[in-house]
Amino acid sequence: MHLTRTARIVLGCLTAAGLALIYLPLLLVLLNSVNADPSFAWPPRALTGEWWSRALHSAGARDALWTSLRAGLGATAVALVLGSLAAFAVHRHRFFGRQTVSFLIVLPIALPGIVTGIALNAAFRTVLAPLGIGFGLFTVVVGHATFCVVIVFNNVAARLRRIAPSLAEASADLGARPWQTLRYVTFPALRPALFAGALLAFALSFDEVVVTTFTAGAGTKTLPIWIYENLARPHQAPVVDVLAALLIALSVIPVYAAQRLSSDTAGGRL
Amino acid sequence: MSATRHEPRARARGRLAALLAPPLLWLVLAYLGSLAVLLLSAFWTTDPFTSDVVHTWTTDNFRDILTTPVYRTVALRTLGIAVAVTLLDALLALPMAFFMARVAAGRLRRALLVAVLTPLWAGYLVKAYAWRVMLGEHGIVNAVLAPLGLHGPGYGTAAVVLVLAYLWLPYMILPVHAALERLPAHQLEASADLGAGTLRTLRSVVAPAVRPALLAGSVFTFSLSLGDYLTVQIVGGRTQLLGNVIASQVTLDLPLAAALSAVPVALVVCYLAAVRRAGALDSL
Repeated sequence: MHLTRTARIVLGCLTAAGLALIYLPLLLVLLNSVNADPSFAWPPRALTGEWWSRALHSAGARDALWTSLRAGLGATAVALVLGSLAAFAVHRHRFFGRQTVSFLIVLPIALPGIVTGIALNAAFRTVLAPLGIGFGLFTVVVGHATFCVVIVFNNVAARLRRIAPSLAEASADLGARPWQTLRYVTFPALRPALFAGALLAFALSFDEVVVTTFTAGAGTKTLPIWIYENLARPHQAPVVDVLAALLIALSVIPVYAAQRLSSDTAGGRL
Repeated sequence: MSATRHEPRARARGRLAALLAPPLLWLVLAYLGSLAVLLLSAFWTTDPFTSDVVHTWTTDNFRDILTTPVYRTVALRTLGIAVAVTLLDALLALPMAFFMARVAAGRLRRALLVAVLTPLWAGYLVKAYAWRVMLGEHGIVNAVLAPLGLHGPGYGTAAVVLVLAYLWLPYMILPVHAALERLPAHQLEASADLGAGTLRTLRSVVAPAVRPALLAGSVFTFSLSLGDYLTVQIVGGRTQLLGNVIASQVTLDLPLAAALSAVPVALVVCYLAAVRRAGALDSL
């Protein structure tokens, strides 16, 4: 297929325009975090560092960040174990209902978050409440892990498909026991996929609001919940903007890490 | 495959059970179990005075939903917005993914991919919030349009479509890009050698490869839009979607909320089943 020069230029311009559209709102958030006008009137008349210092001293925001980190780590740990097990099962074995298993794993992110949220809410209230377990960090981790499994599963399964079966066979022919093959052959080949899966799962959990709203209860506030609650308060707008700016700035780190550590072009699969 | 070939059947089966049991137990107990509880509670009712759930079997909730015109309007509006968002994203993603995968080369290609991927990490709320600021009365959209004598869309249905399309765009670009990148160059060359023009090659070689990827991307854009209720609250003005109606009923009337949430679930399951036939779930 031969694309004319004009076609290439038009495609390039469309891509540049698309990227500009993607980044413009994010750049504005960064700029507004130093906009002296607390209602962010455009264009900004003066710049200030006050919002940043106010945000750094906000106890609510710090607590929320800590809660988010713990919830993300918990959910990622559960998802890593369950997602890898499922990927091995589906990849290494042919069995009745194999398609159904893949379908079941995808379902939690395919169904609307609000449905997952109120379903878990109703179930926790009927099952966990009589056991004396209230809403809190534990229920948030359970909720998040449920939809993070698919991320790890997708990454590990994609990697397993690409590892040549002859590698494991060679290892067995050379006298390695199955767990030795797993330890010295399969695991090193899987490591980038595990890492990318964990990173994406953590990000998904760190960013989640809807399921969290219905599984957190009153006392547990993750960072997105805190931001959402403060969106409606005009005097908190600058602090919210600083947090948003911080999250945008921090988002460069995982992408960079995924690019460095994973040979997958996209640094992971969703 | 390799693991099963050298092993006795019983051992392979035991290993399969050990691998499959933890994830399946988790998903069936925590997830399907919860969905079952939700579905069951859709057949219960609520005491109008105390708002307590009364465990008597009734199909009134579903009858209410089918016969109340407001719910039908809201459901159709939600469906319309989800379809609009999906089409808009497909339209935006196709040229971008094509340029990234088949025109750009080397470092530029990799840089573009990172550029598309990075905003995914910036967070849902952050982005919806960014648009709230931009679309506000004194925001940049109005400031830019004012000299032209125009006024931005403000908060409302148009803003919801715009912001949702913005939020889910990377989910559409990534699978389409992956499909285009996987397309072997020699197939395109063969098509040209056989005398096909650019348009013919696009239609007969590129389109069949991209279709499953577009469908895979649309699973995200469609179902994420169907269930969204925060974007609507942030930039939707007075627009109501299914998600809002469900969320506002959860504490007042859980059985009604449960019955209402059957609507997006039914829509998404139908969509997934249709898309699975086209093989799109493999390219997720």
